[in-house]
Amino acid sequence: MFDLMQINPGLWVIAAGLVCALIPKTSATSYIRKFLIIAAPVFAAWLIFQIYDSSEVLGGKLSFSGIELTTLRIDNLSVVWGYLFCLAGLINGIYGLHEKCRITDSSALVYTGAAIAGVLSGDMISLFIFWELTAISSVFLIWKGGDRSYAAGIRYLAIHVLSGVMLLAGAIIYAGANGGDFSFNYIGLDAPGGWLLLLAMGIKCGFPMLHMWMQDAYPKASITGTVILSAFTTKFAIYALARAFPGTDILIWIGCVMTLFPVFFAVIENDLRRVLAYSLNNQLGFMVAGIGIGTTMALNGVVGQVFVHVIFKSLLFMSIGAVMYRTGTAKASELGGLFRSMPYTTVFCLIGAGSIAAFPLLAAFVTKAMILSAAIEEHLYIPFLMMLFASAGVMEHSGIKVPHFTFFAHDSGRRVKEAPWNMLAAMGIAAALCILLAWPWGGYQMLYDLMPYEADYKPYTVDHVVFQLQLLFAAIFAFTLLKRFKLYPAERRAEIIDADWLYRKLGLNIVTWISAMWTRLGAHTNRLRRSTTDALGRKLYQAFSPAGTMSEGTPSGLPAVLTAGVLVIVLAIAYMAGT
Amino acid sequence: MALMDYIPEWLLIHGPAVIIVLPLIMAAVTSILPGRKPAWFVAMLVTIICTVTAFAVAIYNLKTGVDVYPMGGWDPPHGISLLIDALNAPILVLITLMAVVSLVYALPATLAEVEPKKRAPYYAAFLLCVAGLLGMVVTGDAFNVFVFLEVSSIATYVLVAMGAARDRRALSAAYNYLILGSIGATFFVIGIGFLYMETGTLNMADMGRILADLDGGSRVAKVAFGFIVVGLGLKLAMFPLHNWLPGAYAYAPTQITMFLASTATKAALYLLLRFVFFVFDPDFDYVANVLQFLLVGLGVIGMLFASLQAIFQTDARRLLAFSSVAQVGYMLLGVGIATAASVTAGYLHLINHAIIKGGLFLAVGAMWYRFGITRTADVNGLGKTMPWTTAAFTVSGLSLIGVPFTAGFVSKYQLATAAAANGWWWAVFVIVLTSVLAIFYIGRLLLAAYFQDAPVMEDGQVCTRNEAPLLMLIPMWAMAIASVLIGTNILGASDLVVGASERAANLLLGLGG
Repeated sequence: MFDLMQINPGLWVIAAGLVCALIPKTSATSYIRKFLIIAAPVFAAWLIFQIYDSSEVLGGKLSFSGIELTTLRIDNLSVVWGYLFCLAGLINGIYGLHEKCRITDSSALVYTGAAIAGVLSGDMISLFIFWELTAISSVFLIWKGGDRSYAAGIRYLAIHVLSGVMLLAGAIIYAGANGGDFSFNYIGLDAPGGWLLLLAMGIKCGFPMLHMWMQDAYPKASITGTVILSAFTTKFAIYALARAFPGTDILIWIGCVMTLFPVFFAVIENDLRRVLAYSLNNQLGFMVAGIGIGTTMALNGVVGQVFVHVIFKSLLFMSIGAVMYRTGTAKASELGGLFRSMPYTTVFCLIGAGSIAAFPLLAAFVTKAMILSAAIEEHLYIPFLMMLFASAGVMEHSGIKVPHFTFFAHDSGRRVKEAPWNMLAAMGIAAALCILLAWPWGGYQMLYDLMPYEADYKPYTVDHVVFQLQLLFAAIFAFTLLKRFKLYPAERRAEIIDADWLYRKLGLNIVTWISAMWTRLGAHTNRLRRSTTDALGRKLYQAFSPAGTMSEGTPSGLPAVLTAGVLVIVLAIAYMAGT
Repeated sequence: MALMDYIPEWLLIHGPAVIIVLPLIMAAVTSILPGRKPAWFVAMLVTIICTVTAFAVAIYNLKTGVDVYPMGGWDPPHGISLLIDALNAPILVLITLMAVVSLVYALPATLAEVEPKKRAPYYAAFLLCVAGLLGMVVTGDAFNVFVFLEVSSIATYVLVAMGAARDRRALSAAYNYLILGSIGATFFVIGIGFLYMETGTLNMADMGRILADLDGGSRVAKVAFGFIVVGLGLKLAMFPLHNWLPGAYAYAPTQITMFLASTATKAALYLLLRFVFFVFDPDFDYVANVLQFLLVGLGVIGMLFASLQAIFQTDARRLLAFSSVAQVGYMLLGVGIATAASVTAGYLHLINHAIIKGGLFLAVGAMWYRFGITRTADVNGLGKTMPWTTAAFTVSGLSLIGVPFTAGFVSKYQLATAAAANGWWWAVFVIVLTSVLAIFYIGRLLLAAYFQDAPVMEDGQVCTRNEAPLLMLIPMWAMAIASVLIGTNILGASDLVVGASERAANLLLGLGG
C-alpha cells in the first residue's frame, strides 16, 4: 500500500508546507521551515528522477465510488514541468531565506507542491483539486503584500475559483460523454465540454480579456510572493493546454493577440512589477501560440520556452524584488541610477533582460526561435509577423525599460546596500542557468534533451544570430531615438487599468447602483418581510419551544391515552385492509 | 480471521447463550463488590468478553450457516431457541461495542454523576441492561423477548433514576419512563398473547410459518399486530409515543444516555423489523397498510415535528434527544417503504445514528463534566476552552446533518435514493428539509462554541482551557472517527456496514439472504 513510487511527489511538498504551518512560531523553528523549503523541492525532484523511466509511468491509482483516479502520471511532457517546478521552488526558497514569515513559507510550499502534484496528476479530478489548491494557497502570498493587496487577493481568488469550477464542470461533461473516463489526455474543442475546459485554462493562463487578475494581483503581492507567484500558476495552465489542446487553431490567434496587447500597456506602465506582469502575459502568448501550431517543433519550442521562461522571469522579478527590498518601491519614476549601489543585482537583471529579449547566448534565444520557425514552416505568416513585432516589444519593455529605469536613467539619488546574500545567490543560480541553457557548446543540447520530441533544431546558425541581433538593435535604436526626442512615455505615477476596467469600474458602478436601489427597495419591503418572518417564527416558537403547546410537560396519563389512540388507529387501518 | 483461532470451539457453539448468561450472573456478583474500581473492572471485563464472543459468534454462524441454538438441548419449537442471523448479528455487535465504549467513558464520568455508595449497583444495573438487550435481540422466542425487554427496561429505569445525584429531575423522568415503558411492555405482551391464541406457539419462526399458512390469520392476528406495533413503537420512541425519551435522555448519567440512545431504541427497532417482516409478512394486507400509512406517516411527521422541537430547545441534551426522535423517523420511513433498498437504508441509519448520537451525547456529557454546561446558551467559547471535545462534537454533528464524507450522508443518501426509486419524491423533500433543520439545531451550538468568546468568570478572569479527561476523549473520538471512516469508506468501513445492512434487508425480504 505504502509505496514511495506510487505517491505523487508534489504531495510531499504539500505535506512539508502543512508541517511548516503547524509547527509553532519561534526563532528556532524558522530554521526547520527554511530547511523544509529547500529540502522539499529537492526531494520531490529526486523522486521524479527515481520514478521516471523515459516512458509513461502511471501510478497511485485510486477508485472513488466508481471513478478511477490516476494520481501519478510522469511522461515525457509532465516530467519537464515536474523538474522545472522543483527547480523554481528551490530558487524561490533560497530567495526567500531572509523572510521570517510562517504564512509565506507554508503557503509557498503548499503552492509549489500543488503545482507539482497538479502537473503530475493523470486525471481531471486530481487536476481540479490541485488547480484549486494552487489558487487557495497562493492567495496568502498576495495578502502578505499589505493593505492594498486584500481586495486584489479577493478578486484573484474569485477568478481562480471560478476557473476551477469551470474546469470541474467541463471535466464532468467531458467524462460523462466518454463513459465516466476522467483520465486527462488530448481533449480538443470538438469534445463535449471542450470549450468550458479551454475557458477554464484560458483564465489561468491569461487569455486576452481574461488576463486582468495577473496584472492586478502580482504587483500587489509581497516581494517574495510575486517571485513565487510568477513561476507556477500560469505555467501550470500552459501545461494543461499543451496536454489537452495541442494543434487547436484558435489558440494561434489567441496567442498572437496575447503577445501583442501587453506590449503597449507595458510601455506606459510605471510600476515595474506590473510591467513584468504584462511581459509575463506576453511571454505566455508565445507559448499559447506554439501550442496552437501544434507541430512537434512548436511543442518542443513551447516546452523549452516554458523552462527557460520560468528561470529568467523569476530572475527579473527577483532583481526588481531585491531593489524593492532595499528601496521600498518598484515605481520607475522613483528609481534610477542604482547600478552604483547594487552592481551585482544590475548584472543579474541585465542577464535576465537579455534572456527574455532572446539575445544570442542567452536563454530565450534557443527556444523562442523554434516557435517562430514552426510558424513559418506551417506558412502562418501573419502570426509570425505578429510574434516578431511582439519580440521587438519584449526587447522594448522588458529588455530595455526595466533595467534602464531601475539601474540607469536619471540618478534618483538613492544609495542603498547591495541585495542580501541569499537573494544574490538565488539570482546567481538563475542567471547561471540562463547562460548555461543557451551555451552553444553543449549547453542548449541539455535543454533539448528534455523536450518531449526529438529536437534537431540548430539555433546557432549565422542567419538566425544575425537576424536576431538586427531585430534587437533596431529595438534599442528605436528606444534611444524616442528617448532622445522625448517621445518615449515618461514614467508617471498612475495605475493603468485595462480590461479590468470592466469589473473594477463599470462593474463596480453597476453594483453600487444595484446596491443603492436594493437599499431603497429593502427599506420598503423590510417591514413587510420582518413582520411575516417574525410572525412565522413566533408561531413556530409558540408551538415547538419547550414552553410551547406541543412540548408542554405532561403527566404520564396523557401519553398513555395517546398510546391507546395510536392503537385505535393501527387497528382501524388493519381492519380496513381486511374488508 | 486470526481472531477465530483463539476462540475455543465450545464458546463458538454456546456463544449465543454465553452473551446473555455471563452478564446476568456477573451483574449479581458486581452488585456486592466493594467500591467503584472493582465493579467497573468486572463490568468492563464482562462486556469485552461479550463483544469478542458476539463478534466470533456472528462470524462463525454466518460462516457455518447454523443459526439456531437450542437452549438446554430442547429443539424448537418446543424448547427455547436462540438464533443468530444476518439481521441480529450486527445489532449484537453494536450493543456490545457500545457497552465497552460507554464503560470507558464511565470511569471518569461516574465520579461526578453517581453517588459513591451506589456505584457498584450502578454497574450491576448496567450489566443487567446489557444482558436484557442482548437477550431480546438474540432470542428466537416471542415470550422470551418480552422477558428480556422487561429485564433491560427495569434496569434502565434504575439507571435513569441514578442521574438524580446530578439533577433531581431524573427521578420524575425515570418515573415517567417507568409508567410509559410498562405500558409499552404490556401492549407488547398482550400482542404476544393474541398471537399465541392464533398460532399456538411462541417460537417466532414457527409463528411466521403458521401465519403464512393461515394467509395472515384472523382478526386476532390483526389485533396482535396492532398491539405489538404500538408496544414496540413506544419502546423505540416512535412519534407521538416519544414522550418519555427527552426527559430520560436529558437527566440520566451520560454513559446511560449514550448507551440508551445508541442501543435501546435500536434494539426495539430491530424487534419491530423482526416482527413485521419475519413473524408477520408485508404481503399481508393489514401489515402493508400499517407500514405504508402509519409507520411512514408517523415517521415523517415525527421527523418534522421533533426537528422543529429540537431547534427551540434550551437544554443541549434535550435537543439531542429530540433529534433522536427525528432520526427514528428516518428509520421508520426506511422500514415503511419496505423495498430492499429502503430497508437497507433504514438499517444502515440505525447503525450510523447509534455511532453519531453516541459521539454527540459523550461530547455534551464532557462539557457538563468540565463546566457544568447543560443549557445551549452556555456553550459559548467552548471551541477555545475544550477544543478537542468541541472538535469531536463538530465531526459527529456534521455527520448528523449528513455532510458528505460522513456516516450520516451515506445513510441519508441511501434513504433518499430508495424513496426516489419508489417514486416518493415528497419523502426525498422531507429528508432534505429535516437535514436543513438539523443544520439549524447543530449549527446553533457550533456557532456559539466557535465564534462566541469564552465566558468571564466571577473573579473577572476569562475561562481558560480545560479539556475533558483522556478517558472521555477516547470514546467520543472513536465515535467521531468511526463516522468519518464510514463516510469515506477508508479501511472499507462503509462497505462493511452497508454490506451488513444489505444482508439484513435481503434476509428480511426473503431475497436469498
